[in-house]
Amino acid sequence: MNGADTAFVLISAALVMLMTPGLAFFYGGMVRVKSALNMLIMSFISLGIVSLLWVLYGYSLAFGDDIGGGLLGNFDHIGLKGINAETLTGGNEGIPVYAFALFQLMFAVLTPALMSGALADRVKFTAWALFIALWVTVVYFPVAHWVWQADGWLFKLEVIDFAGGTAVHINAGIGALAAVLVVGKRIGFKKDPMRPHSLPLVVLGAALLWFGWFGFNAGSALAANGTAAMMAFNTQIATGAAMLGWLIYERIRHGAFTTLGAASGAVAGLVAITPSGAHVNPFGALLIGVVAGAACSWAVSLKYKLGYDDSLDVVGVHLVGGVIGTLLVGVLAIDGVGGASQLGKQAIGAFSVMGYSFVASWILAKIVDVTIGFRASEDDETSGVDMAFHAESAYDFSAVGGSPSGRSSAAGTDKDLGAAARNKKVDV
Amino acid sequence: MKLITAVVKPHRLDEIKEALQAFGVHGLTVTEASGYGRQRGHTEVYRGAEYTVDLVPKIRIEVLVEDGDAEQLIEVVVKAARTGKIGDGKVWSVPVDTAVRVRTGERGPDAL
Repeated sequence: MNGADTAFVLISAALVMLMTPGLAFFYGGMVRVKSALNMLIMSFISLGIVSLLWVLYGYSLAFGDDIGGGLLGNFDHIGLKGINAETLTGGNEGIPVYAFALFQLMFAVLTPALMSGALADRVKFTAWALFIALWVTVVYFPVAHWVWQADGWLFKLEVIDFAGGTAVHINAGIGALAAVLVVGKRIGFKKDPMRPHSLPLVVLGAALLWFGWFGFNAGSALAANGTAAMMAFNTQIATGAAMLGWLIYERIRHGAFTTLGAASGAVAGLVAITPSGAHVNPFGALLIGVVAGAACSWAVSLKYKLGYDDSLDVVGVHLVGGVIGTLLVGVLAIDGVGGASQLGKQAIGAFSVMGYSFVASWILAKIVDVTIGFRASEDDETSGVDMAFHAESAYDFSAVGGSPSGRSSAAGTDKDLGAAARNKKVDV
Repeated sequence: MKLITAVVKPHRLDEIKEALQAFGVHGLTVTEASGYGRQRGHTEVYRGAEYTVDLVPKIRIEVLVEDGDAEQLIEVVVKAARTGKIGDGKVWSVPVDTAVRVRTGERGPDAL
């Protein structure tokens, strides 16, 4: 076992874990007050659901031995059977499988959470939880196998996807689009103002994502080596460049440098450098960043033209950014890899994941919709899904209205206490 | 008695408070408000989507005064609130029948 590599991968796993709450804040700040908590928990719940499934069968399906054709892992490692603290994986003396499995689990947690932004304000919480469980099972685990398992068919095709441009970002971006097409638009889309309720939360979320992304990208080297260092460096360069790219486009097109634009541009850069950062030089990273920032800034306007309500621009940022990074590395790859044939392989990788994920995600969303109903009732959506599904509100705006005594008496408890006594308790 | 109400730009609050104190006003009530007048609202851009925001943040200041002081006090408030730009707000007064100081039960001008 290589101690340095093991330590690095374990720390990277913790960094990637932080991205999911980071994403929750990034999205949570962008929605209106009435659904802020729902947006947070749509991401956060993935840490629960996917961790469970990962132990049960997820790890085995994604990284078990191939069942044939590079399509899926077998069931040999259900419940992480056959793996103990001494079991190693990888070259260079190896790292414990537990470290690798934990690191990969965090990717499986983050990917479905990415889709939640597209469905903001309007889906039932139970339906979303079921959709996550189905989606990671049918879409994420197989695609992760294709891309990262040594026998996966895209891995063998030598598609470059260092840290998840196809398996994570294209996958989630197109999956989100499919789900949006099933679920439909928010009430008031294109009519009512739907301003972000807290841009400071968005920036906090973007900062946590940026921080965690060093683990996501550099950690994908699975070793504390030069590749990891180069990846970390290029991650920083591309992200900074993408922020500037987005802001410049925005200033020219819409007249202002916005905070939301800076945060969004940074995320677009992180997405685009994910597949590519280990195979380009810093100038390549710079170029990928600027292109991704400006292109995504343009792409987020498509939903208004085409009429799909991708509420928080999962398609515009993750799908478009993922495709840009995945294709550009085909051209910009160093070490004599880049060129027309590599570009072709990259296109096969991108479009095969897009095709499979779109169809499978659409079917899964449809199944959820016809069985338990994906969408919240009109009433719940209008008054806010926070109250409807979580019996909470994100902010206490006024101590006058919702007194705890009023709530508890409404719930049928404290009946023996007089109103005066209850009020007194509250005043203290 | 008169109730003077001023709906003005939030950042003028301190100036108005100081001017009222200098004038000898002992108490006032301030509320956060939103609204628009002739200036209408403004436009905000989020990821390229433009929103027209009609309602602009304002503060609403309410002061009870004796009839004789009303005109002068309005002048004081207007002077302190004015920036000369559009959206400075409005000040008005209405007659008040009675006022009671809750603690002592004093009524009328004694309650001010």
